[in-house]
Amino acid sequence: MTIDAANMHFQVLNEKIRDHSGKKITIENCCGQRYIGAGMSGRSITINGTPGNALGAYLNGSEIKVNGNAQDAVGDTMNDGAIMIHGNVGDAPGYAMRGGRIFVRGNAGYRAGIHMKQYKDKKPVIIIGGRAGSFLGEYLAGGIIAVLNLQNEQPIISNFTGTGMHGGKIFLRCQAVPDNLPAQVSAEPAQPEDFKELAPHLKAYCKQFGLDYEQLAADTFFVLKPNAKNPYKKLYTQN
Amino acid sequence: MLKEGQVRIPSGCAISGIFCKSGKRMSGEAIIESIRIMHDRSNGLGGGFAAYGIYPEYKDYYAFHVFYDNHEAKKDCESFLERHFDIINLSKIPTRKIPQITDEPLIWRYFVTPLHTKLAESQLDEDEFVVKCVFRVNTEINGAYVFSSGKDMGVFKAVGFPEDVGRFYRLEEYEGYCFTAHGRYPTNTPGWWGGAHPFALLDCSVVHNGEISSYDANRRAIEMYGYKCTLQTDTEVIAYIYDYLKRKIGLTELEIASVIAAPFWQTIERMPKEQRQRAEYLRNVFAGQLITGPFSILVGFDGGLMALNDRLKLRSMVIGEKDDMVYMASEECAIRIIQPELDRVWSPRGGEAVIVTLDEAAKAAYQSRA
Repeated sequence: MTIDAANMHFQVLNEKIRDHSGKKITIENCCGQRYIGAGMSGRSITINGTPGNALGAYLNGSEIKVNGNAQDAVGDTMNDGAIMIHGNVGDAPGYAMRGGRIFVRGNAGYRAGIHMKQYKDKKPVIIIGGRAGSFLGEYLAGGIIAVLNLQNEQPIISNFTGTGMHGGKIFLRCQAVPDNLPAQVSAEPAQPEDFKELAPHLKAYCKQFGLDYEQLAADTFFVLKPNAKNPYKKLYTQN
Repeated sequence: MLKEGQVRIPSGCAISGIFCKSGKRMSGEAIIESIRIMHDRSNGLGGGFAAYGIYPEYKDYYAFHVFYDNHEAKKDCESFLERHFDIINLSKIPTRKIPQITDEPLIWRYFVTPLHTKLAESQLDEDEFVVKCVFRVNTEINGAYVFSSGKDMGVFKAVGFPEDVGRFYRLEEYEGYCFTAHGRYPTNTPGWWGGAHPFALLDCSVVHNGEISSYDANRRAIEMYGYKCTLQTDTEVIAYIYDYLKRKIGLTELEIASVIAAPFWQTIERMPKEQRQRAEYLRNVFAGQLITGPFSILVGFDGGLMALNDRLKLRSMVIGEKDDMVYMASEECAIRIIQPELDRVWSPRGGEAVIVTLDEAAKAAYQSRA
């Protein structure tokens, strides 16, 4: 089914999507409609245009592909499924995400993957093709975030990356450790056992965006983990 | 009216701006469409616009837009204006009766220039004289509010959704090189006509999405320099801070951004020496003008427009560019709806000011325009 979303309110658009019994849905002329695909399972939604905030919030197993840029709060508290963005994404993608994958071809705004967590087989993944804004993976408790910086621009990340992190891993494709990491984060060149965790997702990412996996995997990656040597006393308050 | 503290209205706001660097004038239609698409960010308790380059025939005169609660306020205010200004032209601001906008005050516009004798007597420069008069009206004349006081620009605001406010003020009949817009979702303060954005003083206007945690510290600091916060909302103080730093201190827009969204000390520590010393100086000297809390703002000024986020970037901001046009908005959709094809679209970092000004040729044309 194809929906022409020009001048359509988000409520109407989302009702149409929910009422459709088939699996595949294409949205044309999307411009700012919020909550697309929220909480949905078993659908495959292609969006042409600019979807509004909270795209795929609470997503529970659907696939969403965006031909364009996405705005803020993509995949908020997402549980399962995949969101593929063939452009940039705004602030706070994958906030408190607990499963599924978000692939971004371009850059991500501030606060990507904050509060992400994992439990048993639920392991959320965010891969950002470009660069990421400040607070990447803040309070990270689980899951994987990778920033590829495919255009090799500087800096790959901004301030406060992984602040308050106590689980999960952040992979950065770069030649040297960024110099502005907080003390609570340790950074080492990614070892083969680290990279093994990322590999299947990176393969899927390369397939989605038509990139050469072997070439990318041969590059240098650093992995950020919580620094067990540095406990969290006096991080935010004098206590 | 119940003031802040006596009433709490739970909360997003929307902001949008369009700027033509070559100075080509466009109608207000595009800005209405841009802010309309973000309808759900506001709740109908305020909408407004600032427009620059709209009064070419009166470009040398201050354009006062005034709300009156009643005829008595109007009589008092006009008698004050007559004592202090040469009123070149006065009229009701044209509006369109629509069911979405109700309970409007009397809305008048005056093109004025300070009376020579009064101005000489005051020993002030023109701008300062005007500012003093604006504050006198707003604080001393009950029921009168001068909400716009710049040259060749004007603010249009009301209680309602912004797209309705635009139609109410017949914004499509104005032509300017720059427009900003605001859709309000008041969080802490009453939704009333004076409390709608933009807030303006002289040619500076501010639209704001967010909440100023440092409001009272900022208010107390700025009131020491003769500014008076009368409009019962936080954004007003940003307009006065901008005016103070620009007109009285002489800072550039970039420096002003570095004062109100000052980098963290730990960020400053890592700067190269010269840059660090500058940043430290601005933070220390203008500590009272540091604005904390979440904000994204658009500041319009004579010949320019600035977008700025708080340093943590707790509110969204997207910039779009196409040929000689620059778009700034809370959401990308607000840009795409009026310009689907963009040369570049990007988000500035927290505390990173994006400043656009008229090209030299356009600037010269506006200055020489008769």
